[in-house]
Amino acid sequence: MSATTMSPARKPLSPRQALDRVRRGDLGAWPVVGGLIAIAIVFGSLNEHFLSPENLTNLALQMAATGTISLGIIMVLLLGEIDLSAGSVSGLCAVVMTILSVRNGWNPVLAIVVAVVAGSAVGLLHGLLFTRVRMPSFVVTLAGLIGWQGLLLYLLGESGTINLPFDGFIAKLSDTWLPPWQAWALAAALVAVYGGSLLLSRRLRLAAGLPVTPAYWAAVRTGGLAVVLAGAVLVLQADRGVPLLLVIFGTLVVVLDLVLRHTAFGRWMYAVGGNAEAARRAGINVTRIRLLAFVLSSALAAFGGILAASRLAAVNQSSGGSDILLMAIAAAVIGGTSLFGGRGRTYAALLGILVIQSITNGMLLLNVDSSVRYMVTASVLALAVAIDSLARRGSAQ
Amino acid sequence: MIRAKDISKRYGAVQALEGASLDLPPGEVVALVGDNGAGKSTLVKAISGVISPDEGEITMDDRPVRIGNPHDAQALGISTVYQDLALCENLDVVANLFLGSERRRWSWLSHISMERATRDLLTQLDVRIRDIRVPVAMLSGGQRQSVAIARALIGEPRLVILDEPTAALGVEQTAQVLDLIRRLRDRGLAVLLISHNLADVRAVSDRVVVLRLGRNAGEFRTAEASQESIVAAITGAAA
Ligand SMILES: Nc1ncnc2c1ncn2[C@@H]1O[C@H](COP(=O)(O)OP(=O)(O)O)[C@@H](O)[C@H]1O
Ligand SMILES: [Mg+2]
Repeated sequence: MSATTMSPARKPLSPRQALDRVRRGDLGAWPVVGGLIAIAIVFGSLNEHFLSPENLTNLALQMAATGTISLGIIMVLLLGEIDLSAGSVSGLCAVVMTILSVRNGWNPVLAIVVAVVAGSAVGLLHGLLFTRVRMPSFVVTLAGLIGWQGLLLYLLGESGTINLPFDGFIAKLSDTWLPPWQAWALAAALVAVYGGSLLLSRRLRLAAGLPVTPAYWAAVRTGGLAVVLAGAVLVLQADRGVPLLLVIFGTLVVVLDLVLRHTAFGRWMYAVGGNAEAARRAGINVTRIRLLAFVLSSALAAFGGILAASRLAAVNQSSGGSDILLMAIAAAVIGGTSLFGGRGRTYAALLGILVIQSITNGMLLLNVDSSVRYMVTASVLALAVAIDSLARRGSAQ
Repeated sequence: MIRAKDISKRYGAVQALEGASLDLPPGEVVALVGDNGAGKSTLVKAISGVISPDEGEITMDDRPVRIGNPHDAQALGISTVYQDLALCENLDVVANLFLGSERRRWSWLSHISMERATRDLLTQLDVRIRDIRVPVAMLSGGQRQSVAIARALIGEPRLVILDEPTAALGVEQTAQVLDLIRRLRDRGLAVLLISHNLADVRAVSDRVVVLRLGRNAGEFRTAEASQESIVAAITGAAA
């Protein structure tokens, strides 16, 4: 008897609570999932190739690079800041990596590490200009957008393009596929760890007399994950297999999510994004958090640029250019990261990039001109920002 | 007992405090009142380490202590609830209570231990919040004020300073917060309440200290003082 009075079950949402959540923009992932289904239906019916395993595998490959850049964007968006330089920095660092490994014959892993460190240094510079000189972040990174692209063009020089050897380590990154047993083992391990951690935390909460959700809820969530992962593995297996690139991106998403939700650093990121003055008075080193966010943003942009170079097996003057930045920001916002700071998760990058990349991919299949593609991508971004702004107004009332 | 003795502070041409003193014994709610510009905030800032006074000393159990910054004050067990609450509206109650002093093991947050402590503390203080895992933005003004006060108790302080805690609240929520202040006293804490509202002051305080033009201008046991005598001390009419 005492157990039940001490730990009232956390009930699934009542309609009224659900409405509350809708009003404060906390819809979870459902609208995005709905959008994905709509996209699948529309493009699937316009082009029978869209939902083929081969195209979905290409989609996974296309997602990884921009998705990684988007993860970096989320780090600064959480603070209510913006990084407009992410695209340029991704291109620049890819060029640095390529020059080191191809022209100077460095070990490719070392070249990658140095390029990511160079990206971090760029982020540190942005962060210092923002925190010490107190320049608005959008101006700092707007200057970065142009300036780092200038440096990229300077480094590329006359040639304009440098190819990466097709059978080299770097190009191989995006042409490596998990054998079936590895793919299934990975999926099974993820499901087991997820389900296990849900059950463990449920038991610990019960032991501490804290309210818990009913046990079937953990089973539903674990089952849902199992279905999604199994579906993905089946589809990808029907083509070349699960791409290593997708595993790398997925690992980044999961690790960064754990860091944001379960470490003090992550908690302080949200705190600074929510109320920087309150965070400062609570003894949090706000400047350090801001510097780290900009460093993370540029480091992830650098890594994303390297993944993009791997896929193209080359870098050129448009590396990191065109609509990459717009897509990375759109992905973050579509996935539910607020431009006003303090709200969002890294899964936003995963879901958001899935949406925006499948729209782009679908339009490419339909031979839609890039002029129209740009306008559609921009409209989707504008729509996502509009929803974010309305949700903020709703929660401020 | 925490005691501020003969504190003076000058801002340029303005003598904000001129030898003001204040005794803050445990288990007593002291209300600090005075007209605008009387020096209340300056005195509170000196005690909470936001400013350092030009003259005077602060003692704890008759030993002088040095309070150079807010962190020193916190380490000595002096906790301040600012008028603007300083909560992160996007974080839940647990996260706000432990902000900046999160419990963790190998830098991994101990969510369960913090939530348990939060629920225990809120129960002791009789603060009712339906779901402590929703962002603080979803709570009422009184609940937020209660969260801010509960947060001040996390470090096991000896003195809690409350700056205008009821200024932004309606009647019912004010009553809740006044109840909460009484519970702080019952826990044996020293409470310093700054308020413009004499009704609140009379309802909850044990002692009223009046400041006027930076000096002590009267001290009353709340139970024995009339409203008129307090007002007279504030305005200087009795002099
Ligand atoms: N930072 C400051 N700089 C200059 N003058 C100040 C400052 N803070 C307070 N004062 C002056 O000191 C006097 C006392 O102010 P304060 O302590 O805020 O009074 P109260 O809180 O009782 O209204 C006022 O005349 C005020 O203008
Ligand atoms: Mg004041």
